[in-house]
Amino acid sequence: MTMKELIEKGLRDALQPSLLVVVDESHLHAGHAGAREGGETHYRLNVVADVFAGKSRVERHRLVNDAVKPAFERGLHALAIKANAPGE
Amino acid sequence: MTDAKTRIESEVTSNDVVLFMKGTPQFPMCGFSGQVTQILNYLGVNYKGVNVLEDADIRQGIKDYANWPTIPQLYVKGEFVGGCDITREMFQSGELQQMLTEKGIAVKQSA
Repeated sequence: MTMKELIEKGLRDALQPSLLVVVDESHLHAGHAGAREGGETHYRLNVVADVFAGKSRVERHRLVNDAVKPAFERGLHALAIKANAPGE
Repeated sequence: MTDAKTRIESEVTSNDVVLFMKGTPQFPMCGFSGQVTQILNYLGVNYKGVNVLEDADIRQGIKDYANWPTIPQLYVKGEFVGGCDITREMFQSGELQQMLTEKGIAVKQSA
């Protein structure tokens, strides 16, 4: 499973999102301290899920971070997160 | 680890605004850390930057402290505010300025 697939699977299983876009931006960070040969370090994601309704930004990011824990354990370095409830 | 936690607690309680970051406010070593310094500088907020690249214990310790896997991390009056995305969203909506003012932190009024 690629890092992107690992991130997507974690989010789908945990959050049942109605929208999920995960973009690999590792190439933008090539040569940076957290970047690795072969990439798969820096991602940006846009996720819309019912579970975010009524939750603070920090709570939403915690849900996302928990859902992608296996990816962090595998070397994910940076994750830009946009997390919204439907209609926001 | 306990030592790192003690030092982190000391930083966030003895400084009103603390940014755990990569590099320094003068020379950020990461784009995400750099964005937060730009926001704080724009708002004229007096803050302390803690360079996690200089200390592996703090670098890991701060992730455990807030249970937050990434850096930068912004703290105001000892409370965790968020990372780069949250700080930027709060700045853009005006919530960051409001929260700082409510906590008694001087913020430059924007024109």
